[in-house]
Amino acid sequence: MSITTETAAKVAKLARIRVEDDALPALAQEFNNILGFIEQLNEVDVEGVEPMTSVTPQRLKRRVDDVTDGSQQDKVLKNAPDAREGFFAVPKVVE
Amino acid sequence: MSDLNKLTIAEARDHLRAKEITAQELTQSCLSAIDGADALGAFVHKTHDLAMTQAQAADDRLAAGDAPDMCGIPLGIKDLFCTKGVDSQAASRILQGFKPEYESTVSQKLLDAGTIMLGKLNMDEFAMGSSNETSVYGNAVNPWKVDDRALTPGGSSGGSASAVAADLCLAATGTDTGGSIRQPAAFTGIVGIKPTYGRCSRWGVVAFASSLDQAGPMTKTVRDSAIMLEAMCGHDPKDSTSADLPVPNFEAMLTGDIRGKKIGIPKEYRMDAMPAEIEALWSQGADMLRDAGAEIVDISLPHTKYALPAYYVIAPAEASSNLARYDGVRFGHRASLAAGDGITEMYEKTRAEGFGPEVQRRIMIGTYVLSAGFYDAYYNRARRVRTLIKKDFEDVFANGVDAILTPATPSAAFGLGEMTDADPVQMYLNDVFTVTVNLAGLPGISVPTGLDSAGLPLGLQLIGRPWEEGDLLNTAYALEQAAGFVAKPQKWW
Repeated sequence: MSITTETAAKVAKLARIRVEDDALPALAQEFNNILGFIEQLNEVDVEGVEPMTSVTPQRLKRRVDDVTDGSQQDKVLKNAPDAREGFFAVPKVVE
Repeated sequence: MSDLNKLTIAEARDHLRAKEITAQELTQSCLSAIDGADALGAFVHKTHDLAMTQAQAADDRLAAGDAPDMCGIPLGIKDLFCTKGVDSQAASRILQGFKPEYESTVSQKLLDAGTIMLGKLNMDEFAMGSSNETSVYGNAVNPWKVDDRALTPGGSSGGSASAVAADLCLAATGTDTGGSIRQPAAFTGIVGIKPTYGRCSRWGVVAFASSLDQAGPMTKTVRDSAIMLEAMCGHDPKDSTSADLPVPNFEAMLTGDIRGKKIGIPKEYRMDAMPAEIEALWSQGADMLRDAGAEIVDISLPHTKYALPAYYVIAPAEASSNLARYDGVRFGHRASLAAGDGITEMYEKTRAEGFGPEVQRRIMIGTYVLSAGFYDAYYNRARRVRTLIKKDFEDVFANGVDAILTPATPSAAFGLGEMTDADPVQMYLNDVFTVTVNLAGLPGISVPTGLDSAGLPLGLQLIGRPWEEGDLLNTAYALEQAAGFVAKPQKWW
């Protein structure tokens, strides 16, 4: 399995990380090295083995469906790079 | 009394109780040590005023009597923990300026116990790294030095390890996703324990790989780890994976008596090209435990070889999901945008500027292994292998093994910059002995047991049964007593 520069560009796009075109070949090569390392997993017989979902056997705890948090608009917005009139501000999304 | 910063937690506790010292004197001594140690790059946000206020409160509480064991103990806190009103940026540019409006459960528990926060400690960016070289703050440096090279304190909890080894604080918090407490502890000659997954709440700890991350103490002695771990763990309704189990008095379990305990030596940890000194240290450790009355048995953990590749699917997959929240909208850095840039450009530019190369690499690997068409081949296969790795340990424990002894690291601390041109996979090999423990959710502790021929510390790892940290700490205590490791780095900073 070999990662092409096109695949690297697609992955960068999916991850929402801008990668300049001239950096893509090196990135693809790094992916190939790491995925080559991961390929060892194909040697393992996993027939009939369940994928792990929880490392410690436990049931999620239940609680009463009450509102226990909220009404902290100021605190929620405190660290925003751009907050206006009680909202997070972002570039225009809808035309 | 001078050099109070050099005390252990247990010593300081006893002196505080006996009114021989005050928390304020103890804190002042640490703050002076910190101010003289900028060359170590360990403390990246200093909180002197806050520390002195907390020390005053601790002294009041001690005077009133009935204060907890940790009351008045000055600590360093890894930058991965959210601390209210104090910069918490996971050593990343993307969280520059982030001051949480809340306190992580673990650091809150420590504050409730009367501890003092001296400041925030350096680390690898988002805890991704084994040398503390991916930090936006620059490198943390190992206080141990044997020639003109500056050595790594290990990672990701490199600042924590450096600060404790250099006596800048009595102890520090660390976190461990693949070895990030145990490897730096071994590189700096200190003790570090990663408890069972679920012992410590992850709430308020910046997430890297949620199914693997655990917080734990990094201390000068096993006894100190026992005292501090008890203050850090316990059930937290805000973390659904936190265990609702009673927290024992770990210190009371340190009898040093390990007669009749069965200690396993896994043959798969005998790696090709393992340095002779590590091999020798390992068999010396087994001899020490045997001399203390334990039974040493050979065991097999057949899927060990596949732990690192499984980890490098699962951890990046979870990271790519967790780190999706850094979008330049709610907190931290936002790139400045060009005319006409829309929201996609904002995300892409913000994340390209905010994340360093290793974090970007792992997010993209995670994105790839989770993407349509590869999810089964990579992610689900890795989760199946993880099941097998955990079963290896369950089988061994079912056969009566109480703990497993392994090397902590494949080498002593290496020079900063020496791995710069290496393939990322070479750096990942640092975690070869520790990563299995995270995949299986088990407790693991690194104990300093010797020096290599150059004079650098080496550590051994003990792995315990789930939830049996007390028994594990006791075995580690016996190993510590037998090894008698007392070496300290010579001050050069």
